[in-house]
Amino acid sequence: MSAPAGSATLTRLALRRDRVMIPGWIYALAATAVGSAVSYRSLYADQADRTDFQRSTNASGPLRAFYGPIYDAHSVGALTAWRIGVIGAALAGLMSILLVVRHTREEEETGRQEMLGATMVDRRAPLTAALTATAAADAVVALVVAAGMAVLGESPAGSVALGLQLAAGGLAFGAVAAVTAQLTASARLARGLAGTVLGAAFLLRAAGDAGSTGGSSPLVWASPLGWLEHLHPYAGESWWVLAPVAGFAALCCAAAYALVERRDIGASLLPARPGPAGAGRLLRGPSGLAWRLQRGSLYGWGAGLLVAGAVYGSVTDSVGDIVGDNGQVGDIIERMGGHTGLTDAFLATVMGVYGIAAGGYAVQSLLRLRAEESAGGAEALLAHPVGRLRWAAGHLAHALLGPVLLLAAAGAATGLAYGLAVHDVGGQLPRLTGAAVGQAPAVWVLVGLGVLLFGLRPRAASAAWGLLAACVLLGQLGPVLRLPQPVLDVSPFTHLPDLPGSHVAATPYAWLILVAAAALAAGLAGLRRRDLTS
Amino acid sequence: MNGAIDVAGLTKAFGRTRALDGLDLSVATGEVHGFLGPNGSGKSTTIRILLGLLRADGGRARLLGGDPWREAVPLHRRVAYVPGDVTLWRNLSGGEIIDLFGRLGGGMEPARRAELLDRFELDPAKKGGAYSKGNRQKVALVAAFASRAELLILDEPTSGLDPLMEEVFRGCVREARDRGATVLLSSHILSEVEALCDRVSIIRQGRTVESGALGELRHLTSTSVTAELGRAPEGLDRLPGVRDLAVDGTRVTLQVDNDRLDTLLQALTGAGVRTLTSRPPTLEELFLRHYTADAGQVPAGAAAGHGGTR
Ligand SMILES: Nc1ncnc2c1ncn2[C@@H]1O[C@H](COP(=O)(O)OP(=O)(O)OP(=O)(O)O)[C@@H](O)[C@H]1O
Ligand SMILES: [Mg+2]
Repeated sequence: MSAPAGSATLTRLALRRDRVMIPGWIYALAATAVGSAVSYRSLYADQADRTDFQRSTNASGPLRAFYGPIYDAHSVGALTAWRIGVIGAALAGLMSILLVVRHTREEEETGRQEMLGATMVDRRAPLTAALTATAAADAVVALVVAAGMAVLGESPAGSVALGLQLAAGGLAFGAVAAVTAQLTASARLARGLAGTVLGAAFLLRAAGDAGSTGGSSPLVWASPLGWLEHLHPYAGESWWVLAPVAGFAALCCAAAYALVERRDIGASLLPARPGPAGAGRLLRGPSGLAWRLQRGSLYGWGAGLLVAGAVYGSVTDSVGDIVGDNGQVGDIIERMGGHTGLTDAFLATVMGVYGIAAGGYAVQSLLRLRAEESAGGAEALLAHPVGRLRWAAGHLAHALLGPVLLLAAAGAATGLAYGLAVHDVGGQLPRLTGAAVGQAPAVWVLVGLGVLLFGLRPRAASAAWGLLAACVLLGQLGPVLRLPQPVLDVSPFTHLPDLPGSHVAATPYAWLILVAAAALAAGLAGLRRRDLTS
Repeated sequence: MNGAIDVAGLTKAFGRTRALDGLDLSVATGEVHGFLGPNGSGKSTTIRILLGLLRADGGRARLLGGDPWREAVPLHRRVAYVPGDVTLWRNLSGGEIIDLFGRLGGGMEPARRAELLDRFELDPAKKGGAYSKGNRQKVALVAAFASRAELLILDEPTSGLDPLMEEVFRGCVREARDRGATVLLSSHILSEVEALCDRVSIIRQGRTVESGALGELRHLTSTSVTAELGRAPEGLDRLPGVRDLAVDGTRVTLQVDNDRLDTLLQALTGAGVRTLTSRPPTLEELFLRHYTADAGQVPAGAAAGHGGTR
C-alpha cells in the first residue's frame, strides 16, 4: 500500500507542532534509563551486592508488582532493565497515546481537519501521519536508550533489547489509540479508552508478578506489557516476544484503517442519539453544568480504580507468604518486617499508586476549566449573571472532592478483597479506606498549584500535567538516584506517612492542606482579575 | 448622558496589538444600534469589555449605568448576549442549553420558548455537537430572544443564517425594540444594518470614525455623479472634494463631497453638460470608504474629502 496522499505533509506538520513535546518525552525517558544505570553502577558495583539485591527484590511482592522480577544480576544493565523496562514501556505507551489522539481525533473535533480534508488530503492521511510521527518518536527513544546504555559499557544486544522494549510498548499502545480515536467523537474519551487499556495491561502484569515468581503467572502472559517483560534485556534476550507485540500493533492499525474507511469525518462509530428537548432538574446552574460535563470521567476513573483495588487487594495476601517458606530468603523477609511488614509495605506502595491516579483525575478535571475557557463555553456562561468564582467552583468541586471519592473507592475495594482473603473485612475495609483517603491532601496540593497556573498563566495551565509527572518521577527515581531529601520534598506525596503501617501524625497533612489552600486562593484571585483568553 | 451603553476613549492592548485605541460608542436606551467595522477593528473586543470578560486598559465604559467589570453579575441579569462564534457543549442538547441559559437568567416563559423554537425551526433534541453552524446560532438566538432582557448584545448573530431565518431574526429584533429593549448589533451584512438600525457607529483600527443616524450620515457625505460632457474635461482632479474620478473620453464618473457640489457643477457646465445623473451613495459605498480610507495613505483629495465629512 502506498502512503495516502498528503501524509508526508501532515507528518511534517505533526512533527513541527510537537517540536517541544516529543523531544521532552524522549529526554525524560532516556534520562530515566541512563540515569538509573549510572546510579546502579555506583550502588551495586560488586557482584555480591547485585546478587543480594536480586534476592531481596524477588522476595518482595511490592517490588515485583511494580517492576517485575529481576531476571539476572550479572550486570548493571540487567538491574536497569528491571527497574525501567516495563514502566518505561508503559510510559512510552502513554506518550504514543497522547500523540496519536492529538493528531487524529483532536484535529477532527476542533474542525481543523475539515479544512485540510478540503485540500488534496486522503481521508487516511491523518491516521498515517499520526502513526508515522509516533513511530518516529518511539524509534528515537529506542535509539537514544540503546546508545546511552552501550556507551555506559553495557552489552550491545541487551542495550538494543532495552531500547526496543520501550519502543515496542509505545507502538503497541499508539496502535490501540489509533482504534479508540475512531470509536469516539471526543478526543478526551479516545484518550481515556486507550489509557484504560494501558492501565489494564499494567494491572494484569502487576497482579501476575505480585503473586508469582519469575513472571510465570498466566496474568502476565495476558498483557502486552507482560510479553515485553519477557524480552529479558541483558538476561538472555528472548527476541521472539517482539513478534506477538508487533502482530498486536499491526492488528490494531489494520482495524483503525478499516474504521476510517467506514465512517464520516468528525463522526464516531456510535451513532449520535438525540437528547432531551429540555433540561432536567439538575441542570440549573454552573455546578449542574460542571456535573454534566465531568460525570462521565468520574465514572470511568471510578470503575478503573475499583477494579485496580479489587485486583491489588486480592493479591496482597500472597505477597507476604509466597516466598515465606523459602529458607534462603527468610531472613531477608524478617528484616523487611515479616509477613505483616511486607503486606503493609505492599499496601502502602499501592496507596501511593492510587494517589497518583487520583492526581491524574484531579489534573484532568481541573483543566476542564481551561478547556471551557478556550472553547468559548466559559464566555457563554459568564455573559449570564454568573460570577467567575461560581463558575470555577463547579469544576473545582470535582477536582477537590472527586479524588477523595476515588481514593475511598479504591481503598474500600482493596480492603474488601484483602479482607475477604484473610477473613477480616471488618478490620481491613475501614483501615485501607482510611489509608487511601490519606493521599488526598497531596492531591489537593497538585490542584492548588494547577489553579495557580490557571489563574495567573492560563495558556500554561496544562503544565499541571508536568507537575504530576514530576511527582511520579521523583517517587520513582528519587530512591534509585539517592536524591537529597530537599529535592524529594518537592513532591507533596513525599510528605505523606506510609499508610497503612506507620504512625499517623497530623502535622504533614495540616501543612499540605495549608499549601493547597494558599495556592488555590492565589489562583482564584488571579482568575478574578484577569482577561478571559481563548 | 445616561444611555444603555456609554463608552469613551476606551483602550485595550493585547501585547503589542492595540485592539482599541480610544474608542467611543454611545447607544441610547431603546434604539437599535449598528456596530460596524472591518475585520479585526475591535468590535468583539469592545463587546467583551462591555460584558466584563476583558478588562479595559483605559477609558470609560458604562453598561446600563453600571461598571461592566465590577458589577458584571448584577448587570448580566439585564443583558442577553449572542457571540459571533457560538460553541455549544457537544453532549448537551439544544433544548437543555436553552433551558440552562434561561434558568441562569432567572427563568423564561415556556410559551415564548416554544414559539421561538417554532419560528426558528430549531429541533431542541439534537446534541450540541450535531448542530450545523446556523443551527448553533439559532440556539443562542432563541435563548437571547426568550430572555426578555433590557439590552441585547449581538455579535454577528446572523453570519450563518439562511435568508428565511434572517427574516425571522429581523422580526425578533423589531419585537425587542417594540417592547422597549435596546439592541447593539455588530454585523457585516449591510442590508441587515440598513433594515434594522436607527443609528450606527463605524470603527476602524480601534477608533470610532463615524457615528450617527443612517440618513444623517448619508446626507453628510457625498454624491455620486455621472455626466456626459460636450468635450473632455480638464482639471477636475484638482477640484477639492472630488474622489474616485474616472474619465472616459467625454464621460465622467466621480464622487463629490456635498459641500463642494457647487464648485464641481460650475466646472462641469464649463465643459458643456449633455446628460447628468447624481444620486446619494449606496450604503456599500459609504462603508467601503470608511473601511478603506486612511488619512496617511490615500490620495490627498480623498483625505481632504474625508476631513470634510466630520
Ligand atoms: N485574545 C487576544 N489576544 C491577542 N490579540 C487579540 C485577542 N483578541 C483580539 N485580538 C486582536 O485585537 C484586534 C481586534 O479584534 P476583534 O476580535 O475585536 O475584531 P472584530 O472587529 O470583532 O473583527 P471581526 O469582524 O473579524 O469579528 C485584532 O487585531 C485581533 O487580532
Ligand atoms: Mg468579531
